[in-house]
Amino acid sequence: MHSLQLVGYFQSYQLTWSYFLDQLVAGLTLGSLYGLMALGYSMVYGILKLLNFAHGEVFMIGSYIGYFVLVALGGTTNPTVPVALLIILMFGAAMIGSGVLGVVIERFAYRPLRVAKAPRIAPLISALGVSFCLQQLASIFFGTEYKQYNPFGLSGGTLTTPWHIGSLEVSWMQMIVILTTAFLMLVLWQLVTRTQIGRAMRAASFDLEAASMMGIDVDRVVVFTFFVGSALAGAGGVMNGLYLSNTFPLVGFNVGLIAFTAAVVGGIGSIPGAMVGGVTIGLLKAFAIGYWSSAYQDVIVFCILIVVLLIRPSGIFGVPAPQKV
Amino acid sequence: MSANGAPLLELDAVDTFYGPIHILQGLSLVVRAGELVCLLGGNASGKSTTLKTVLGIVRPRSGAVRFDGEDVTGRPTSYRIAKGMAIVPENRRLFGPMTVLENLQMGAYLTGGGTKEDYDRVYTLFPLLHERRHQLAGTLSGGEQQMVAMARALMSRPKLMLMDEPSMGLAPILVERSFEIIQQVHEAGVAVLVVEQNANVSLSIADRGYVLSTGRLVLEGKAADLLQDENLRKAYLGR
Repeated sequence: MHSLQLVGYFQSYQLTWSYFLDQLVAGLTLGSLYGLMALGYSMVYGILKLLNFAHGEVFMIGSYIGYFVLVALGGTTNPTVPVALLIILMFGAAMIGSGVLGVVIERFAYRPLRVAKAPRIAPLISALGVSFCLQQLASIFFGTEYKQYNPFGLSGGTLTTPWHIGSLEVSWMQMIVILTTAFLMLVLWQLVTRTQIGRAMRAASFDLEAASMMGIDVDRVVVFTFFVGSALAGAGGVMNGLYLSNTFPLVGFNVGLIAFTAAVVGGIGSIPGAMVGGVTIGLLKAFAIGYWSSAYQDVIVFCILIVVLLIRPSGIFGVPAPQKV
Repeated sequence: MSANGAPLLELDAVDTFYGPIHILQGLSLVVRAGELVCLLGGNASGKSTTLKTVLGIVRPRSGAVRFDGEDVTGRPTSYRIAKGMAIVPENRRLFGPMTVLENLQMGAYLTGGGTKEDYDRVYTLFPLLHERRHQLAGTLSGGEQQMVAMARALMSRPKLMLMDEPSMGLAPILVERSFEIIQQVHEAGVAVLVVEQNANVSLSIADRGYVLSTGRLVLEGKAADLLQDENLRKAYLGR
């Protein structure tokens, strides 16, 4: 392992355009994934002021669902359906499965506490409980070994071989991650601006009591929010498997923490904020790895994030808590 | 203009608690269909709690809330809104980061976002809101926000409009304008329950009034009589 290089002292290959663009694409890919995850934290927090620490495990289950669909349809080397359909089915099943899981978690772990008007610390503990519980169940039922998505085999390897556009190098897999995220974001945006339930979600996120005064059934909005946020986490799980090639019971822990950070940095409760926070962290990580050291990546990323929060305590898109008149 | 007799909203010996604190003590009041009633009282007299009890945001420990011929005491807020209540909350409570139009759509949440007639009606009443419909509600002035709050409540075609401190935080000219609109709404056949500290302005448009002090009714009667009443001043001084 390299010792820490001094800033300004780079290898000559690090100073080329194409190397820079590589880091940019890698950062956007990773950032898309974090952003999708961050949305779930942010939307739930916006409405319930609850940190749903089980969100990382919903992501993990999503990645397993994607894996099992992949295996059931013949695996990467010999799929029984066309590759495009295979990938769509993996995403679809993971999103539905994770969405339902999120709703079940809300129903049994959070709602009873809300109904009992428990203090805010209580659902935090039950969130941690659900999180550990799902990790253990996954270890017991799926095994602790890495499950290989083996994306290199898909389409005879063409999905992971890079395309060259000038000095830009991008693989199909990266395109799938970035474009799927862009598509899901667009759908989400339509949902929260064009449908009544989506608008109700934004209204409840701003002022829960005022929303209920409009006749909005807050429990229904909460269920909808958990479903949508968890489905996005499920999609993230499949992307993670396809892009990083495997999954394991603790895969959601690290990603979950980083996505949670992304939500806070973007401004927790804000939908664009979650996405921007995710992409920011993805880019910071990629450039930290590319130009400094992978061993120090998290040190660098988190130092920068602390500085961001010192300057903007409520996050990039966050609004300071309104003063009561 | 005045009441046609049938009770629309009835509170029957309602006792409401916040934790151990007894807020409303055996409160009974009636708003008849098409009537404009005001509920007066100073700070901490239980006015806001009365509205929360009417809406089902807090539940009474004993007593009943009846609306439009049905006991709704155990029913959630959404049920009561669907049955024809609407509220203009204290401090308006608009959805600040959403547009004026989206705020109105939330007002019509239970009727699927409102029909063209609903929008025509509120835009006729508040032409300015049509101009501002794509502006974020949080960026409007206090008077404009008051219009949005009233328009939002009217979007659900209510039988009973609840108004929590409509004069609070508004300049005198806007208070006058607000009460003109309340009167227009009333004249269109909607029953209104106005909760206010400002006794003179609300009694001047109301049919009847109730005066609340530390959770109990201390006075009730025709608005015209209450305006003349010596005890009304005493009720305020004695809070």
